[in-house]
Amino acid sequence: MKYVDEYRDPVLIENVAREIARTVKPARHYRIMEVCGGHTHSIYRHGLRDVLPENIELVHGPGCPVCVLPTGRVDDGLSIADGDDVILTCFGDMLRVPGTRGTALERKARGADIRMVYSPLDALKLAQTNPSKQVCFFAIGFETTAPSTALTILRARALGVENFSVFSNHVTIVPAMRAILDSPRMLLDGFVGPGHVATITGCRPYEFVARDYGKPVVVAGFEPLDILQAILMVVRQLNAGEARVENEYARFVPWNGNGAALAALETVFALRPVFEWRGLGFIPESAFEVRADFATWDAERRFAVPGVRVTDPSAAQCGEVLTGSLKPAQCRLFGTVCSPERPVGALMVSSEGACAAHYRYAQRAAETEPAGV
Amino acid sequence: MCLAIPGQVVEMHPDQPMLAKVDVAGVRRNVNIGLLENAAVAPGDWILIHVGFALSKIGEAEAHEQLRMLRAMGEDELAIEEVRGYSFADDRGGAP
Amino acid sequence: MALAERPRRRVAFTDERIEMAHGAGGKASRRLVEGLIAPAFANPILDTLSDAAVFSLGGVRVATTADGYVVRPLRFPGGSIGELAINGTVNDLAVSGARARALMATFVLEAGIESEIVRAEVAAMAVAAERAGVAVVGGDTKVVEHGLCDGMYITTFGIGEIDPRFALDPGSVRSGDRVLLSGPIGSHGITILLARGELDLEADVRSDTRSIWPFVDALGDACGSGVRWMRDPTRGGVATALNELARDANVAIVLDESAVPLGTQVRGACELLGLDPLHIANEGQFLAVVAPERAAQALAALRAVAGGEAAADIGEVRAQPARTLLGETPYGGVRAIDMLVGDPLPRIC
Repeated sequence: MKYVDEYRDPVLIENVAREIARTVKPARHYRIMEVCGGHTHSIYRHGLRDVLPENIELVHGPGCPVCVLPTGRVDDGLSIADGDDVILTCFGDMLRVPGTRGTALERKARGADIRMVYSPLDALKLAQTNPSKQVCFFAIGFETTAPSTALTILRARALGVENFSVFSNHVTIVPAMRAILDSPRMLLDGFVGPGHVATITGCRPYEFVARDYGKPVVVAGFEPLDILQAILMVVRQLNAGEARVENEYARFVPWNGNGAALAALETVFALRPVFEWRGLGFIPESAFEVRADFATWDAERRFAVPGVRVTDPSAAQCGEVLTGSLKPAQCRLFGTVCSPERPVGALMVSSEGACAAHYRYAQRAAETEPAGV
Repeated sequence: MCLAIPGQVVEMHPDQPMLAKVDVAGVRRNVNIGLLENAAVAPGDWILIHVGFALSKIGEAEAHEQLRMLRAMGEDELAIEEVRGYSFADDRGGAP
Repeated sequence: MALAERPRRRVAFTDERIEMAHGAGGKASRRLVEGLIAPAFANPILDTLSDAAVFSLGGVRVATTADGYVVRPLRFPGGSIGELAINGTVNDLAVSGARARALMATFVLEAGIESEIVRAEVAAMAVAAERAGVAVVGGDTKVVEHGLCDGMYITTFGIGEIDPRFALDPGSVRSGDRVLLSGPIGSHGITILLARGELDLEADVRSDTRSIWPFVDALGDACGSGVRWMRDPTRGGVATALNELARDANVAIVLDESAVPLGTQVRGACELLGLDPLHIANEGQFLAVVAPERAAQALAALRAVAGGEAAADIGEVRAQPARTLLGETPYGGVRAIDMLVGDPLPRIC
């Protein structure tokens, strides 16, 4: 596969790994956060932690849009499917996220019309072919995905399709990064920046990290070579006492971002005054809602959602894992009460959530299985 | 939000200018190119696709430069080792 | 210790309702069987929970198996529900070391289904049965109301004679054994996913449904007594089958990920959808664990069978970490390969 296999080339990966080993200062401990859940998934999937020297510690960041969705919002979205003439559509990632009354799949088993789509455009098509139904798209994702939802809404308007709406849970990455940088237990030295978000936002929005907090950010792609090279670039900056934004993913990330995508976002979405992030609390101007002039396509205006806030069980330590202060295995519920099959917190549901990735991919010594598994 | 894959444009649709058929290792899908600046895309181009949309077009120069640099990383090291080998031989006053 | 003697951990089934995940072949399925169904019938033959039940009948060792086929759509590139039914049953017996001799098939038909569809399906089954060298000797037919069964469900019962060349026992799996795989993975599951049409993907992928008896037969000749265990990795894929073996035999299995055969388009579809090929269903492949000194011979025998050219040695058994399936990446890294929870779901993150 072109533009994939080259970045999985074992020879090149060995080159970079050797260079990293040569570049790290033996007495120094490097704590680097990969912001994006996709990076977490790739790191585990390719066994990259085994390729890095002992004194580089990778901390998993909050860039998993499923993980940061509070249970109350999941309930709100799923409640839309309770309507008799409603088809609720969502990405595969959402199907097993637990709400208070079960996951989407469980509710589907009880009769709700919930369907998986690969693209919001597929949901729009469903609306066109089912004129007597209301089709709602449960939208999640950071700035990578939000422009696609925006274009879909614009297309719905252009086609005059009015039985289609979007339940927007799109969130923005910068406020989450800021929340982490501001948290009192933050011990991070540098960041591997979100490569696909950056195809939309460009690299400038991350300059505040270098400027205001003095930490390097290297925007990275998702193949093993991308991640390793980005780590090398962060280490070099740290050794030199530098802090700036660099672009490892220049083959797809334009420094100034994607103007057309940013314009579409601006047209269709407005920033919510505040939004609750699971594990991070309420963050101002961190999430998108559908603008008033697109009210017809805003599910929150069309449907009455409960809007009930549901807090995590106090024993769950998702927040501490999300901010990097705890490792997944250190959460008291990890692997016992909370597992991918019976997730208590969303970090265990999404395969890119820090806990699920660790559970699925990290080498585990012979262990006792939880009861009922 | 993170899963995006490079694919090659194989067909445009004259009646649907916002759509391009993209090939990923032989698997094909129609992709909306409305997010690409000026929607300037032609068969043969490589684009990054995510949830049925194209997010970006490949920067061939950047891709080649990065791979060239990474390949050179290994060669530099070989060159360094060769040099070390020579100096070792010199110290011994004989062939390596 | 033979598998039947090893005390089985009590598994609890506490789900209030049955959900699709319980049929997906992964952890949830296992819990349903081990926690709810099997305990009701408990007996030494059942308690082994292998693909086929093996017992003696009048001095002859026979293996029997039963299976259900519910697939949508009924026809897909490379096969159809009827072919899956024949081949799947033959394969379950084959991996238990038995040559299938007779099959019975029960049809549950949805009222309103076109007779032509049923005719085509039965014809396909006849061809598959002929190819597999097995006779369909009886069965049953029921019709249910429109809307109740996706067109057609087929359940099968198969019986075969245990082949004396094999002495299969997962308890005999030990450190050093090699893991062999008959061919490229993921074709069937991806074909079905694409054939449902919801993802709007076009690809030239076909189900790999076929009888694997020719491979098992070749293995029997090349190293019958050196084969410890066989399994056809259907729902849940290679990852689920090997995880189950690791747990049942209390060993570690370590795969060389770059050795696992994978077709280009199946790979492309998996990359696009964020799926792991190791979790995708196969209907014409099998896994065999063989003694290390016979492995090269065994592999050569598989490759010599038509359709086995891509057979590969994909890994080995180790003592630790027990009950785990691991994958070694091409970079010297290791990852645990978990068992599937429910159906593999495409992701966008």
